[in-house]
Amino acid sequence: MKKLLSLKNIIVSFAIFILIWQVLYMTSDFGDALFPSPLKAWQALVEMVENGYIFINIGTSMYRFAAGYISSVITAVLLGLVLGWFKGIFKYINPVVQLLRPISPMAWMPFIVLWFGIGDVPAIVIIFIAAFFPVLLSTVSAVGNIDPIYLKVAKNFGIKKPEIFWKIVFPAAFPQIANSIHLALGTAWVFLVAGEMVGSQSGLGYLIIDARNNLRADTLLAAIIVIGLIGLILDSLLKLIEGYVMRLWGGADK
Amino acid sequence: MYIEITNAGKTFKDGGEELRVLDNINLSIDKGEFICLLGPSGCGKSTLLNAMAGFDMITEGSIKIDGKEVKEPSVKNVTIFQNYGLLPWRTVQKNVELGLEPKKLSKEERAKTAEKYIELVGLSGFKNAHPRRLSGGMQQRVAIARALAVDPDIIFMDEPFGALDAITRMKLQDDILAISKKENKTVIFVTHDIEEAIFLADRIVVMAAHPGRIKSIVDVHLPRYQRERTSDDFLLIRDKVFEIFNMKHIPDIEFVI
Repeated sequence: MKKLLSLKNIIVSFAIFILIWQVLYMTSDFGDALFPSPLKAWQALVEMVENGYIFINIGTSMYRFAAGYISSVITAVLLGLVLGWFKGIFKYINPVVQLLRPISPMAWMPFIVLWFGIGDVPAIVIIFIAAFFPVLLSTVSAVGNIDPIYLKVAKNFGIKKPEIFWKIVFPAAFPQIANSIHLALGTAWVFLVAGEMVGSQSGLGYLIIDARNNLRADTLLAAIIVIGLIGLILDSLLKLIEGYVMRLWGGADK
Repeated sequence: MYIEITNAGKTFKDGGEELRVLDNINLSIDKGEFICLLGPSGCGKSTLLNAMAGFDMITEGSIKIDGKEVKEPSVKNVTIFQNYGLLPWRTVQKNVELGLEPKKLSKEERAKTAEKYIELVGLSGFKNAHPRRLSGGMQQRVAIARALAVDPDIIFMDEPFGALDAITRMKLQDDILAISKKENKTVIFVTHDIEEAIFLADRIVVMAAHPGRIKSIVDVHLPRYQRERTSDDFLLIRDKVFEIFNMKHIPDIEFVI
């Protein structure tokens, strides 16, 4: 993966992207108010950086994201380990999970706003829901896919009930769980913006709404790009952490 | 007798069809014996081993070890598998320590015991490596060290060298023979390799399929150490086993009048 993201590739890729943007800007007749040029968007970004507005909103969003994502992942993994182990119980829970899973977290928004009001909580709850089901189901299946030989070995060496969870079950299921945690990061980030667009008066999502309300298409585009950049950075960070942990784990499957 | 198998049988139900995997098995094994279960695939040799190890129960008859009916796996009888069963997230050292963890030992004692057995199998230089970094033969050595570390009475081995190349295999055969005699372990060893069985065993239990049963038991009257794979006595026993499997080809005699 490192090769895919070499500096040269990044620069060329972005250069082409900006070029196409510029060409579209020059050939379209929307005008600056509807479709700003790269330069305009850049200037809007510089403006937000200079008055610090963007950093306040990034901070707010990151706090909500961390709270929602981390609490969701921890809950989903713990619950997934238990349900994956006690398959009998999961059989009775799975139908409801399958019913809830395809519902977009945004569908819960009216209730969430009614119950928790406007502010940090709606975005946190939306992110929690967005990350929860994929990680839960993946953890359950990871526990189910554990090579039976590990459990045989554990039994043979007299490793008993509570210990078997952190000595065998969790580490054996870990690679698949880590993969789902990684995938859920992207989903959760997507829904952070959606959640903030509806349920908040601050954050990156709100920045979008605010820009629209003020008819500032340049700020809008700048905010969109910032959201993309942060998503990219978060993904790369997690990839680094994942790689490091997998090395401690003993290397990935060949 | 140390291990006593009486009239043991096992029937699988496979979608209405009954499969007789073990039929009327009677076998007595002494302490310290090296027994090879030899036979083609489907003869129930692994099923019999799993039943002795307590992983998979028989449906009739009884298996007693040291006078006690086998009902579940025991720390005293460790199994070594063909695909090693090492935990990839643990280093060699931590893998060998696994079986010591439920015992009441201090951290230092545990580490020392593990190191001793890692040295015994010749892997001292690799104690901090993860299993994936090691070759198949080295991984199986780790599994052997892990089994020995808990000082078991019996070691069950289920085609342990089946996945290794011929040279590594012979080296490990030498080693396991030396170790089992030195540590005075009872070993039950499943294999489908006739020469491996003759090289290792005190007695070879030859099994046959459909239903899985004991066909014959061959005493291997060879010196316990440094058996010569090419010696006459070795070949004689090989001949005998070939005969049991009906694999000896008697050349057609042409009659010319």
